Amino acid sequence: MNSGDAFGLLFALFVIAAPFALGIIGKARENRHLEDIARRSATHRDFPVVDIPLLPAGMQARGSEIVLGQVVIASDYLKNFFAQYRAIFGGEVKSFSRMVERGKEEARLRMIEEARSKGAAAVINVRFETSQIGASQGQRGQAMSEVLCYGTAIYV
Amino acid sequence: MIVVNTESVPGYRVTQLKGLVQGNTIRAKHIGRDIGASLKNLVGGELTGYTELLTESRRQAMERMIQQAQQLGANAIVNVRFTTSSVAAGAAELYSYGTAVVVEPVA
Repeated sequence: MNSGDAFGLLFALFVIAAPFALGIIGKARENRHLEDIARRSATHRDFPVVDIPLLPAGMQARGSEIVLGQVVIASDYLKNFFAQYRAIFGGEVKSFSRMVERGKEEARLRMIEEARSKGAAAVINVRFETSQIGASQGQRGQAMSEVLCYGTAIYV
Repeated sequence: MIVVNTESVPGYRVTQLKGLVQGNTIRAKHIGRDIGASLKNLVGGELTGYTELLTESRRQAMERMIQQAQQLGANAIVNVRFTTSSVAAGAAELYSYGTAVVVEPVA
């Protein structure tokens, strides 16, 4: 085997292994993010957040203000790759569902954190909005979504 | 200026309706952020550069909406809504709108 062949073999291995390496890194980061979300959610469990435009019973509002939480989140290379094949057979794209769920949770937590840091007692009339932003021609297959969560913080 | 996304301001009464106010901005991401984001796109997760860009832009759209309301002599904007759309590759439109009103505290 000459040096050219060895190089070619290494290159082929790299091309095959790289997406998996990226997938493993992506998975690890996702798990860390999900743990972080669970931990932060637990600290805000008693804070009232509702999507109706009514105050919790017995609460008298002295002030109110809009609060926002937003995040742009992307899926990793390996998931994008496999999702293309999922599109042939249809069905739930689990990896993307998880990505969007992470985005929703993160946006919601950011909104709650903003409200609580300003001393709010509740957040009412919460709305979620998801949009796809800036998909350039080259990144056709890249799943990237923007999540916005907003509501009215109530001060008592 | 009181800005809320509920139909009325809790604890206040609407005395005058001033009409629809809106603010928008179209932002393109700059190339440094684009490169950073495409690298980040490989492993997935939050694209911090884009999050910051959109947060900044959305604040600007809101400020424009608030300015309009001030010109109309309103002191609050109720029922605020946001929309985001992609107008071209690499450019996003951030739009916010609401109803400008005059409110006074319920005695």
